[in-house]
Amino acid sequence: MPTTSVGMAPRAVFLFIAALTLAVASRATAQEARPPAGVFENGGEPTPAGKIDELVFARLAKLGIQPARVCSDAVFVRRVYLDVLGTLPTAEEARQFILDRNPDKRRALVDRLLGREEFADYGAMRWCDALRVKSEFPINLWPNAVQAYHRWIRACVQENVPYDRFVRELLTASGSNLRVPQVNFHRAMQGREPRALAQGAAMAFMGVRAESWDDDRWSGMEPFFARVGYKSTGEWKEEIVFFDAGKKIAPGAAGSNKAVFPDGTVAKLSENQDPREVFADWLISPDNPWFARCAVNRAWCWLVGRGIIHEPDDVRPDNPASNPELLAWLERELVASGHDLKHVYRLILNSRTYQLSPIPRSDRAEAEANFAHAAIRQLDAEVLIDALCQLTGTTETYWSAVPEPFTFMPADQRAVALADGSITSSFLEMFGRPARDTGMVSERNSRPTAAQRLHLLNSTHVRRKIAQGDLIRRAVGPGRNPREVIDGLYLAILSRYPTPEERRIVAEYAQTSGLPRREAAVDLAWALINSAEFLYRH
Amino acid sequence: MKPRSKFTGELSRRTVLKTGLAGAAGLVWGSPWARAAETGASPARAKAVIQIWMWGGPSHLDTFDPKPAAGDDYCGPLKNPIPTNVDGIVIGELLPLLAKQADKYSIIRGMTHRVNAHETAAYMVQTGRKPGGGIVYPSVGAVVSFFKGGQGKDDLIPPYIVLTESQGRFSEAGFLGSRYKPFATGGDPKQKRFAVEGIVAEGISDERQKSRRELLGRLNTLQNALTGDPRLAPLARAESQAYDLILGDARKVFDLDEEKDELRDRYGRGTFGQSCLVARRLVERGVRFVTINYKGWDTHKQHFQAMRQKLPEMDKGMATLLEDLAGRGLLDSTIVWWSGEFGRTPRVQWEAPWNGGRGHYGNVFSAVVAGGGFVGGRVVGASDERGEEVKDRPVYPWDLIGSMYALLGIDPNATLPHPQGLAVRATPSADEGYESGGRLVEIM
Repeated sequence: MPTTSVGMAPRAVFLFIAALTLAVASRATAQEARPPAGVFENGGEPTPAGKIDELVFARLAKLGIQPARVCSDAVFVRRVYLDVLGTLPTAEEARQFILDRNPDKRRALVDRLLGREEFADYGAMRWCDALRVKSEFPINLWPNAVQAYHRWIRACVQENVPYDRFVRELLTASGSNLRVPQVNFHRAMQGREPRALAQGAAMAFMGVRAESWDDDRWSGMEPFFARVGYKSTGEWKEEIVFFDAGKKIAPGAAGSNKAVFPDGTVAKLSENQDPREVFADWLISPDNPWFARCAVNRAWCWLVGRGIIHEPDDVRPDNPASNPELLAWLERELVASGHDLKHVYRLILNSRTYQLSPIPRSDRAEAEANFAHAAIRQLDAEVLIDALCQLTGTTETYWSAVPEPFTFMPADQRAVALADGSITSSFLEMFGRPARDTGMVSERNSRPTAAQRLHLLNSTHVRRKIAQGDLIRRAVGPGRNPREVIDGLYLAILSRYPTPEERRIVAEYAQTSGLPRREAAVDLAWALINSAEFLYRH
Repeated sequence: MKPRSKFTGELSRRTVLKTGLAGAAGLVWGSPWARAAETGASPARAKAVIQIWMWGGPSHLDTFDPKPAAGDDYCGPLKNPIPTNVDGIVIGELLPLLAKQADKYSIIRGMTHRVNAHETAAYMVQTGRKPGGGIVYPSVGAVVSFFKGGQGKDDLIPPYIVLTESQGRFSEAGFLGSRYKPFATGGDPKQKRFAVEGIVAEGISDERQKSRRELLGRLNTLQNALTGDPRLAPLARAESQAYDLILGDARKVFDLDEEKDELRDRYGRGTFGQSCLVARRLVERGVRFVTINYKGWDTHKQHFQAMRQKLPEMDKGMATLLEDLAGRGLLDSTIVWWSGEFGRTPRVQWEAPWNGGRGHYGNVFSAVVAGGGFVGGRVVGASDERGEEVKDRPVYPWDLIGSMYALLGIDPNATLPHPQGLAVRATPSADEGYESGGRLVEIM
């Protein structure tokens, strides 16, 4: 085989093509007739692997919907990396998993991934979206406080701090925005008036939107947030958030200053107690109808791609859960485990429901809402650019409109690990990264646009990454035979081996295009990166 | 590989692709909200805006508001302003070509917002809003794109384009979301081939584009396994749109070889001049809002050297643009809006370290508007004798922007869709406490 990558002699090109053709011919016929779905399914009928599956399959049976088959190992490894870590598996990680003969390898992989550093990065990113962690515009957390707040959130995810404690900390903490970072919860809300804080807390931990409740209910919540004080210090951009015992509770819009929990119970507030604590204790109590539900529904949505109540921040009586029994069971699991979110993630990831193929076997409209097949969605902007960088061994530059020290980042900074929503790039904006202005799930825009397609198909940015990064150099490196070249690119980009049919198409392309070996490899990499299979979590 | 289709009730992929080419095209770039604002609006006189964005803040004294009587400390070496083709209007001596076009534009000499920081001032001038209050407002271009996008004769081309780089300092789309961000062309129109990012790829022939596209189609295994699945239809539609730009006729709008050499020379062969020419071509094709992001006006040092170098270039490009638009009958329907985020200190900073520079100045500065229903040959308002304060007829950014909306047939009181359902108007309403000099009725 030729060892130079560029400017091959015509003879070498011919040899390469001949070898390529030979390599695929031997295996080409056997599986030719297999439908393309074979790549995505393992062929087995799904059988319940636990309570989640019993509840989901029972519901599907009742609706007369046939669930999809179980997904292939290749789809699973890619999906679980993307959902848990926000990264692609490397070619080697994908290969090892696919070839692993341990029958319990999926469960083992889930356990490994939940312990990795990237799990904390990705979890922190998701929380920072919901909690609006951003230096400026429209809110002013400021860069130094953003860094502290992000570190605190990330540490909570990494240490798997019980969810009720995490929320209570956010709602009740007092102190400096730089030293007690969780106080930034209040500073990140739409406004500082009690109503804005109440609505921010309801959105974040109850999944309730401002318009879902009437004025009376919000007024009843205001007194809990009416005695939050703010003061600046001598230190640059430091601000203390504290319980301001001197603040009078102003009458709410409805003319009353009575503190009423959202369930209608009247609260007893004493002069000396921070009323936020009274609210937080009500919120996190095991019988609270909103709290655990919002948490498990959000976790489900993050992993499965669609909430049991959907959107997960739109909980209201006329937007019911598609499977109430499932939601209720998960709530009980969360509470019984001591608010252990990792326990809930593990239950979901090990279910057959999570592991279904994306190829539906029913065209009923309710199939997706009832989890009859895997949801597909465009990769998050941050995940996509990190994947492109990882694949090609290239880096990105990020910048912030707020010119402060934290914008100096290492060259290999991952977008998923960016602390600050104000630190960005045109790629992130083009691919729908949320601005963190509202904390709503819908702020992330995963809708494909023509501008995105132009960028991926044809921009200098992406073309340079493919052509000048490591990907092609490694793939066509010395001693690689054509089959290894193709397999290497497929494993790196799509986390799987090519089918015989795909090998044949690639060989044919190399032959008819007359391109040098390296250029043919560039075109193959380009095509795989532009395929729906790469761009979508499936 | 024969794909199977399970979605018998759904559109086939082919149908989706077809509608992607024709009917639904506008939905990709444009706006489902189009026309929503027309109820409370006067009939549109302008169809498009070309914004010449003077990044950094150009000196008002050295351009459209000269003060020869203020002396050396104010004028430096530029103390001989020149008459224009409109009696009584005098402009800076480095703008002789624009002096011959003064009947086409009006000069607003009482622009003010009193802010001297780039970010805040740029935000105010381009959104017509003050920062803060928990809302990130969209720029004028995003608002125009929101209301008017997808209604042009050529919906393939994005409705809001910036030549050539985005501004970066603020998010143009604001709360409207990334869909309303401008398409930044990248590349450089002064080069032999204007390599518009994503549309024109250097070194890849059309042949290879086509064979690559075919390869992608054959290796698109998930797409093929889900043929007809509505979940992937938006991706297919976006891709087909992208290819219409990459391989179709629409990309020719960026091909300056279609223009006569003589005209290209008149515009000036630099990036700015050729950007003006591209802007005219885009507007001709139905693009709604073009921003020419013209950098280099933040002249703290060596100010007058910079003026001698840059103003002739600006003069050539902008004067030819006005003449060319008028000659083609496009000026009546195209607003040309020249402005930076502020002016520059009227008094020259002779001391070190500036050694003859001008600083940021938001108390009073100039803007120029032409076409699209704006009357030409007028001066609106005035600064004082040294160009330091508004003397007469203040115009705030929101006054100017509201005037443009009115000419574009966009109701300045129209509601924009805020993600949290806040009632946000296209321009500040009376009860929001903004100072105002009122719309530019005298030139509309």
